Amino acid sequence: MLACDYLVCTQASFPFCSLFVIHKYDTTNLTPGIIYNIWDTSLLKKMEISVAEAEKRTGKNAVNMQETYTVYLIETRPVDAASEGTNPALDSLWRRYSEFELLRNYLLVTYPFAVVPPLPEKRAEFVWHKLSADNMDPDFVERRRVGLENFLLRVASHPVLSSDKIFYLFLTEENGWKETVFETGFQAKADSRLKALNATFRVKNPDKRFAEMKHYGDELQSVISQLLRVRARAADRLYGVYKVHGNYGRVFSEWSAIEKEMGDGLQSAGHHMDAYAASVDDILEEEEHYADQLKEYLFYADALRYMCRKHELTQYELEMAVQDLTSKKQQQEELATGTIRTFSLKGMTSKLFGQETPEQREAKLKMLETQIEEGEEQVKERNAECDEFVKSAWVDIERFKEQKDHDLRESLISYAIMQISMCKKGIQVWNNAKECFNKM
Amino acid sequence: MSAGTPRALASSGQKPIQDIRHPLSAEESALSRSPDVLHPGGAGERDLILPNGTPVDTSSPTSSSSLLNRLQLDDDLDGETRDLFVTVEDPKKHVSTMETYITYRVCTKTTRTEFDLPEYSLRRRYQDFDWLRNKLEESQPTHLIPPLPEKFVMKGVVDRFSEEFVETRRKALDKFLKRVADHPVLSFNEHFNAFLSAKDLNKRQGLALLTKMGESVKYVTGGYKVRARPVEFAAMGDYLDLFTQKLGTIDRIAQRIIKEQSEFLMELREYGPVYSSWSSFEEDLHDPLEGVSGCVSNCSSALEELTEDMSEDFLPVLREYVLYIESMKNVLKKRDQVQAEYETKLEAVVFREDKKTSVPADVEKCQDRVECFNADLKADWDRWENNKRQDFRQLLTGMSDKNIQYYEKCLAAWESLIPLLQDKQEAKGETN
Repeated sequence: MLACDYLVCTQASFPFCSLFVIHKYDTTNLTPGIIYNIWDTSLLKKMEISVAEAEKRTGKNAVNMQETYTVYLIETRPVDAASEGTNPALDSLWRRYSEFELLRNYLLVTYPFAVVPPLPEKRAEFVWHKLSADNMDPDFVERRRVGLENFLLRVASHPVLSSDKIFYLFLTEENGWKETVFETGFQAKADSRLKALNATFRVKNPDKRFAEMKHYGDELQSVISQLLRVRARAADRLYGVYKVHGNYGRVFSEWSAIEKEMGDGLQSAGHHMDAYAASVDDILEEEEHYADQLKEYLFYADALRYMCRKHELTQYELEMAVQDLTSKKQQQEELATGTIRTFSLKGMTSKLFGQETPEQREAKLKMLETQIEEGEEQVKERNAECDEFVKSAWVDIERFKEQKDHDLRESLISYAIMQISMCKKGIQVWNNAKECFNKM
Repeated sequence: MSAGTPRALASSGQKPIQDIRHPLSAEESALSRSPDVLHPGGAGERDLILPNGTPVDTSSPTSSSSLLNRLQLDDDLDGETRDLFVTVEDPKKHVSTMETYITYRVCTKTTRTEFDLPEYSLRRRYQDFDWLRNKLEESQPTHLIPPLPEKFVMKGVVDRFSEEFVETRRKALDKFLKRVADHPVLSFNEHFNAFLSAKDLNKRQGLALLTKMGESVKYVTGGYKVRARPVEFAAMGDYLDLFTQKLGTIDRIAQRIIKEQSEFLMELREYGPVYSSWSSFEEDLHDPLEGVSGCVSNCSSALEELTEDMSEDFLPVLREYVLYIESMKNVLKKRDQVQAEYETKLEAVVFREDKKTSVPADVEKCQDRVECFNADLKADWDRWENNKRQDFRQLLTGMSDKNIQYYEKCLAAWESLIPLLQDKQEAKGETN
């Protein structure tokens, strides 16, 4: 499941890689119609990546207690050598889920304008009764392995994220990687949740498109959650329907024992009923893949909302800077002209204690001037930041939209194909059974 | 005719006798087939054609096709010309001041001289069928009398006047009459004759009747203990016991499947619409998601049909056989009684053998009875086994057919969705 096949080269606003999707909503100065192949600079052009295996390990954790955890084998191989016919050795290293989480958090903080691909779920949710909710369960581990591989492939094919050094080291340097990540100091750049929440409530003029996108993210999350929940319940029921048919197998067998001519037909029909009952396991396992594909987009919705909050934060900070500057300018004016337009503590104290000396006033004016200069700088910076963020975020959002539409469409197609296969199997089994019944 | 029930019964009115087509009539009529005789569901792919050219629905075990099957497959009837045809059709509700009840039209066509007319059509209610069966049991105690559908239904639980209940009952009554009509002895029973031809049954109930078998025999219930059931009859008894068990198990399994399917259906009915609500805030994905929603909805309808069919056609036939077996066990017991009576009387005579009296007439009569009973029962048993084989073959192939149809409907729905899902991509491909 790789991202879009066709991308367009655009302005060099990014030092790393400049490939973006052309989209009808794109308002930047792109030249529509020029299409280049994506793989020019994406990491996937240079190396094959896979998460090949999973293993259980036991060790001491941070509080010196024994714990069992799973590690995943990441294998990489340079592409060029492979295409020449030689089979170079695979590079491989082991990583655990928490390291994937660390990588993702780093990417989130470092590239706030990117829709960062999600990780597979931490705990099994939306399970139906036969599915285990246990993280150690081999089926869960297997599905997680697939999800982690998908995550790496998504990052490696992202126009911006794939060039990241830390990501590259994640794939290639087993030891010391964690320290390297922490050394980037990304954690300090992370916005506190309180700060973000505050911004969400107080921002006055967020870009409308982001607000719409946030709304879309909410709706998407809600609808996919509901879909997954109902599907799990339906899977449970379907399991029951198929399995009870297995009881026919047993009773037909017993019945055939007391019949003469009817016996053979009944007995063989019974076998087909058993086969029918057994077929549901494969059917539902395939459906789990479909559920996993939906889950990825459920978590993507989260990434969209995260990006939206980041926008609100930058916008808010801009607004704060502007507000600050305005108030400082106002103070300057008041001080210069001696008029007190607004109620202020200064005004009160001067009324109570008398005006300040001309020297004091001069000092204050000078200070305000510097502050205003700084303030104007800051507004300029924040304005640029905001603009930059909006532009690049929106480009990635367009890329994401195309990817989403393509992927979900593919998912629906494969779901339909699954259902078709299930129907065909059903027809075959019942036809077989019917043949046996006809021989009764 | 009454109105008021949400699904009112068809009131097609009684057809004049001339309009009722004889199943074996030579006329090639391209007229629309009689809706009463055939299953309202319409003909399936595997149409059987009756000799007069009308296609037949093979889904109901009591339909004309079952009759045809017997003609084609039943060895007993090879060479035998059918001269008696009966059908039960056209249920109608009657409301009077005292009660409300259903009547069914019983149509007969025959060339038998025992009947005054070649065709009859009159209305009977369940009570009348019950009367007939009791009379048959009384007058032909050595024979296996086919069962009737359950007499009593819990008024609160089942709607006695719903279309489904009435149709299920009609099929069972039709089957009952056909089985009697097929029987070489029972079909000549005068009570049966009366049932088919007499305008008013009550008049004939009290009269002493001479049966074809001879005088009606009274059997002593209890009092005699049979020494041992002959092997063949013991085998029958054992078989019936085991068979009842198996039928009970199959009934439970079928019920459970219906229940699980109904619960699955409930989830599907919630599942489909979620795709619809998703499509409402998507652009590109709007049509594909709507398509999936529609597809799931089609599958839901197909599943609903399947569970309804199983409830209406499969379960009643199973239950009917359980009743059949019950009555057969009773006949076996009666046979035991007759044998016991004979054995007891014989023993009493043997005791006095030294007196060199000849075997008294009544003991001889007992012996005759035993032998007749055994012969009748054996013949009936063979016939029953044959019919059972066909009935179950039909029942189970019918069940398979219903499931196949369900999957075929779903398959068609999903297959038609694929091009819709792929549609945009091809368009994109072109512009690229």
